[in-house]
Amino acid sequence: MLNRIKAIAIKEIRQLKRDSRMLYVLFVFPIILLVIFGYAINFDVHHIKMVIYDQDKSTDSRNFIKSLTSSEYFDLVGYINTSQQIKNVLDTKTAQCVIVFPRDMSEKLYSRQTAKVQILVDGVDANTATIILNYMNIATAAYSQKIQGEMLASVGRSGYIPIDVHPAFWFNPALDSMIFLIPGLIVMILMITAVVSISLSIVREKERGTIEQINVSPLTSLELLIGKTIPYVIISLIIGTFILISGHFLFGTMIKGNIILLFFSTLLFLFAALNLGIIVSSIANTQQVAFQIATLVSMLPSMLLSGFIFPIESMPWVVQILTNITPAKFYLVVLRAILLKGVGIESFWPQLVYLAIFSLVLLFLSSLINKKSKVV
Amino acid sequence: MYSIEVNKLTKVFGKFVAVNGISFNVNQGEIFGFLGANGAGKSTAIRMLCGILEPTSGDAILGGYSVMNQPDKVKTQIGYMSQKFSLYNDLTVEENINFFGGVYGLYNHKLEERKKWVLKVAFLEGQKHLLTASLPGGIKQRLALAIAVIHEPKIVFLDEPTGGVDPISRRNFWDLINELSLSGVTVFVTTHYLDEAEFCNTITLINAGNIIASGSSKELKTKYLTNTILEVECDKVVSALDILSKQKWIDETSIFGNYIHINVKDENVGRILVKKVLTEQNSINISRLDKIVPTLEDVFIYLLEKDENKNAE
Repeated sequence: MLNRIKAIAIKEIRQLKRDSRMLYVLFVFPIILLVIFGYAINFDVHHIKMVIYDQDKSTDSRNFIKSLTSSEYFDLVGYINTSQQIKNVLDTKTAQCVIVFPRDMSEKLYSRQTAKVQILVDGVDANTATIILNYMNIATAAYSQKIQGEMLASVGRSGYIPIDVHPAFWFNPALDSMIFLIPGLIVMILMITAVVSISLSIVREKERGTIEQINVSPLTSLELLIGKTIPYVIISLIIGTFILISGHFLFGTMIKGNIILLFFSTLLFLFAALNLGIIVSSIANTQQVAFQIATLVSMLPSMLLSGFIFPIESMPWVVQILTNITPAKFYLVVLRAILLKGVGIESFWPQLVYLAIFSLVLLFLSSLINKKSKVV
Repeated sequence: MYSIEVNKLTKVFGKFVAVNGISFNVNQGEIFGFLGANGAGKSTAIRMLCGILEPTSGDAILGGYSVMNQPDKVKTQIGYMSQKFSLYNDLTVEENINFFGGVYGLYNHKLEERKKWVLKVAFLEGQKHLLTASLPGGIKQRLALAIAVIHEPKIVFLDEPTGGVDPISRRNFWDLINELSLSGVTVFVTTHYLDEAEFCNTITLINAGNIIASGSSKELKTKYLTNTILEVECDKVVSALDILSKQKWIDETSIFGNYIHINVKDENVGRILVKKVLTEQNSINISRLDKIVPTLEDVFIYLLEKDENKNAE
């Protein structure tokens, strides 16, 4: 049995070496994904372009502007002098937000009235607009507090703040979204490469008729599948390692947890993903169809339903149930726990159990389909 | 003991009876020709004999193992080569040999020994590093057969092995089949080429899931075809064919090139009647009228039409 599995694994690697298209899919595709996702999907908003319409032109308005531009969040791109220009500035996307200081701002401040500062935000990208508004609120609140403190001091009193919040974010102190995205990216890339590679490799045998020769040989389905899986498990592990290393150098991710635990959880996840690929191969009869189904069942769920980009907790409950169809969801929890938190198996063993059950169910299903169609 | 013993082997797909309780025996070392039109049930029968399709009922014993109960054991006893080239085109000759050798449990010394044999048989000595895709069709076919018997099985199935191969390669290929047969391997072969069927020791004809004739080429020609075949060479072949096919005393009319073959019960009566209808009634000149030894094609067309008529009733 071992000799037969070895013969298949060796054959598979030799074929792969001559298949430049497949090598491209396996090795270049992850790099492209990593770069695209790494640099394009970035939820942090920096360098917001800001235009000022300062009717007051006082020390107070200048101080406020200075407090904004001294952070890396806001960049001052210009001043305007009429309210008609506001529309133009937002339309041409010269600025993402316009701050309007009223003529009577310093006057109101000195007479201890509330000065109203208007902020106009380009709301086309709702996500970014919300973030800009949040930054602006925080900056304004801080500035107001400073003025309040100064005023109280001038009359000989000290300020009193009832509750002072000191936020501290664990595991990702700078709230850098890339650190959060890297595990998801690893999950998605491994999922796609594993499902696509194994399904293409099996369907190719069907398409070229070589499966017939294997069917009449004493080789069992299980031996064939194990033999075919081994090379792709090794390749997927290499790709995973590669992403981790490039993640470290490009985005500064680290492995905080146990590397052996990481290895075995990855192995379990790959087993589930490869089983999914085997199911795809038993449905498809041509490589073209297999490739399409494989990318569909691997890419979409691991991107949309795994919690990679969109948090599962905020989905409607029907969709939340639906998220269980992808092993990516469970592996992502494990990966984030190991990479970001550095915690042990006690916090994610249910996910590992689920992955194991998922794989066994798929293995059973695929052997059932195979028995019926007698292709593998 | 026979090499292959088939006993009432049946396969039913839904309501369609693909193979209808066929029985036959094949001796060790025999070349057994399995013939029939497309869809006659040939492939289904072969798939059952190879242990990849479970029979609905009946059984077959190959090399001592039952396809019904021990299909995995059967697979170790047989070699198989199909019309579709099923070696890996993207592997070299040697890599293909290593792979299939490995699948059949050959390694080290034994593998090297068989590799030498395969390369010799396929005319590929010293060229084992060639990519299989680059080999000419005839060589590919030989390589496929040699690899199909790399594990020295007692029985080998060849499913239309010479499809799309030039006549010289086909001839060489049949020499190889004969060598295998002489060394004691049972060769079970299906083909569409009736000249190839002549090389078989036994020919079995299958139609609509039933065996309709079986025997050596000579037996088939004499036993099943008791009528006489007359070959008519004349002018206005088309109208002559038209006239002859309407005659009640002719069992069957067919055209072979420029000649017409007619199937009559009695040679002398036939000669007289042909002359009468063609020359006297329709003034068609007959340049030649001979009794011929029937070809296998004559026999098969006769048998198949007889079977179709029987099924129609």
